[in-house]
Amino acid sequence: MSLSITKYCLIKDYKVIVNGEIVFKPEETTNFETFIKEAYKNLGTPYPKFYKMDNLSKLAFVASEYALKNSGFIERYEKDKIAVVFGNSSSTLIADTEHQKTISDKNNYFPSPAVFVYTLPNILIGEICIKNKIFGENELFVSKEFDAELLVNEINSLNFLSKADAFIGGYAEASYNKNETLVFLIEKSDDGSSNFDVNNINNIFAEKYLDF
Amino acid sequence: MSENLTMDELINKLREEIIQQLNLEDLKPEDIDPDSALFGDGLGLDSIDALEIIVLLEKNYGIKIEDPKEGKKIFASIRTLAQYIIDHKKN
Repeated sequence: MSLSITKYCLIKDYKVIVNGEIVFKPEETTNFETFIKEAYKNLGTPYPKFYKMDNLSKLAFVASEYALKNSGFIERYEKDKIAVVFGNSSSTLIADTEHQKTISDKNNYFPSPAVFVYTLPNILIGEICIKNKIFGENELFVSKEFDAELLVNEINSLNFLSKADAFIGGYAEASYNKNETLVFLIEKSDDGSSNFDVNNINNIFAEKYLDF
Repeated sequence: MSENLTMDELINKLREEIIQQLNLEDLKPEDIDPDSALFGDGLGLDSIDALEIIVLLEKNYGIKIEDPKEGKKIFASIRTLAQYIIDHKKN
C-alpha cells in the first residue's frame, strides 16, 4: 500500500509552519532559546520535561507536538506499530561542547549527567517516543546535509518489510548557526494515491506549499 | 558555606539550587514543600535528576555520597537533604 504525508510541521527561521501555514511567529525574537520556549508554550500542553532537553531535542519535540496536535495519529495505531525515522547533520555538537566544558578542567571536574544524556542524537527520537508512548522501530541517520532521499528510502523499506503501520519522519538540526526541523506524519493511503516522495519532502523543507 | 546557615536558610538555598540545576522552570522556590517527596509523587524527579543532585552536593558542598544505599533516605525530601548536609559539614 502506498504512503502519504498526512501532516507536517516545519520550524525554520523562527517560524512554526504546519501544512504550509504559519501557526506561530513571535513579533520579536532575540535568540533560539527564547523562540523555542515561546513556541512550546504556544502549544498549550504543559510538559515540564521540555525544559530539561537540549536544543536539538527541543526542536524535534516541539515540531512533533505541532504535527501530532489534533491529528488523531497516535490514537489510530498500535503503539508498537508506529516507527520514527529522523535525519540530522551536526549530531549533538552543542551538547558535546557543553559536556566538554564540564570535564576539561581536572581541578573543576563536574560532568553533568543531565547534559551528558543529550550527547547522542537519537535521544531526540526517545523524547518523542516517551511523550507519546511509542514503542515501534526507530532510526536516526547523521548525514552531511538534509537528505530527503535517505528518509524516503528508509521509511519505504520499513513499510515494505511491514515493520510499522504509520511513520513519524523528520530532520532536526541544531548547531551554533542553524536551528531547523521538519517533522512529517506518514500513513498508508486508502485510495492508492501517494504524495510521499523525495520531491515533495524537498519542497516542504524549502517552504514550498504542498497541496493536500 | 552551609555551616553558617540555619536549617531554614539551607532549605531555601537548596530549593533555589535544585530549580536552577534541574531546569525546573515552572517552579518557584516557595512551590517546593521542604517535606514533600522529591521523587515519585512529589516533585516527580527522575534518575538523571538524582545524579544531578549528587553532583550538586559534591560541587557546592564538597559532600560525596559514598554509600548509594543511603540515597533513598538522603533524597527523601529537601529537609532530609539539608539535614544530611548539616550533619556532614559538622563531622
